[in-house]
Amino acid sequence: MIDFFIDGRSGVPPYLQIVHQVRQAILLGRLRVGDQLPPVREVVSKIAINPNTVFKAYRDLEHLGVVEMRQGHGTFVRRAPRQVSSSELAAMRRSLLRWMKSAREAGLDPDSIRALFTETFQEAQRARAETA
Amino acid sequence: MTEIVMAEGLGKRYGGQWALRDCTLQVRSQRAVALVGPNGAGKTTLLQLLAGLLRPSEGWVRVAGGAPFQEAGRVLPHVAFVAQEQPLYRDFTGAELLTLGAHMNPRWDDRLVRERLRSLGVPLDRPVARLSGGQRSQVALALSLAKQAELVLLDEPLASLDPLARQEFLQTLMETLSEAPMTLVLSSHIVGELERVCDWLIILTAAYVQLSVSIEEALATHQRVVGPASRLDTLASFAEVIVATETPRQTTAVVRTSGSIFDPAWEVHPMTLEEIVLAYLTQARSPSRRQGWDAAV
Repeated sequence: MIDFFIDGRSGVPPYLQIVHQVRQAILLGRLRVGDQLPPVREVVSKIAINPNTVFKAYRDLEHLGVVEMRQGHGTFVRRAPRQVSSSELAAMRRSLLRWMKSAREAGLDPDSIRALFTETFQEAQRARAETA
Repeated sequence: MTEIVMAEGLGKRYGGQWALRDCTLQVRSQRAVALVGPNGAGKTTLLQLLAGLLRPSEGWVRVAGGAPFQEAGRVLPHVAFVAQEQPLYRDFTGAELLTLGAHMNPRWDDRLVRERLRSLGVPLDRPVARLSGGQRSQVALALSLAKQAELVLLDEPLASLDPLARQEFLQTLMETLSEAPMTLVLSSHIVGELERVCDWLIILTAAYVQLSVSIEEALATHQRVVGPASRLDTLASFAEVIVATETPRQTTAVVRTSGSIFDPAWEVHPMTLEEIVLAYLTQARSPSRRQGWDAAV
């Protein structure tokens, strides 16, 4: 079983923080397939958060196929999210480094590079959300 | 889901002074509502109208399908109200208050409330006057929850509590919310501590409801924008301007809009709930400006 925490200053909605923490715990092996997530009642009495927030997080995780809610029994880890192989990660990292090099050569300073990345990232997320 | 609270044009006047005006609201059941506003904004008046303690001066309000003041006998079994000063009988012990509650309320859950107070370490054999502020709040909360009301109204429940007592109070409250189908309304002049426990926000300033939306929607639709000077008219054409400041070079504003702002002239920043509330409170401080914006829109 794991404990959740909410970072009030992160700007990330609390339900998303719970979603991230569950996925993180699975990636790091602290939660395995078949493990139970803490019951909603237990989460809210520990961290004083609205029960609907926890329900929403668990439902989201169910939509993602990460967990399964069994009526009257609880919420269980169904499968690990797709693991990205280390060679795939390394390849993506190399292409990102190439992009950063070209950005510097074009005259962008580190702040502008970061801003451009964040902006593009958010735009892509929005576009994805809209098509979905 | 049904509406547990409905109000239209609801107002309360004390002499020539309006404490609440033109209040139109719907609250769905099983929401947890943060009622936020500065002192004297009308929060307590609204809660007292919902609890049937005041007769509306204008408009109407329905709670659980009835008028709380005119049909008190029908409505009040569904409503629990804890006033700001937690007016308990101070010479009574916790146990005596529980006995009293059990005799006065048909749906009283005695076992649950005793267990809860015991697990919190609140001594039931001591007069309430000799409990700590945190313990007294827990007794008042326990009494209001034992009633198993559908609508629980708590007026500034956290104001007199230290941080640890606040945490314990909110834990008890959320635990109950996860177990029982009830609607909660908590008033406060600070939104920060209610943000996590509530899912609906009502901002009340100077007797008027300024905003009544889900917290999610409040966060999604309010933005701080920074742009060129003397462009407030343009801004007001595609967004509702809540507050704005201008310098000869730049316009800074808090806006409410359902869409995205694509105009590259405006730099857009997300806002925290606390900043959003503050913007409305600032707006209330300068009523003439508010009218100005309305005219501009």
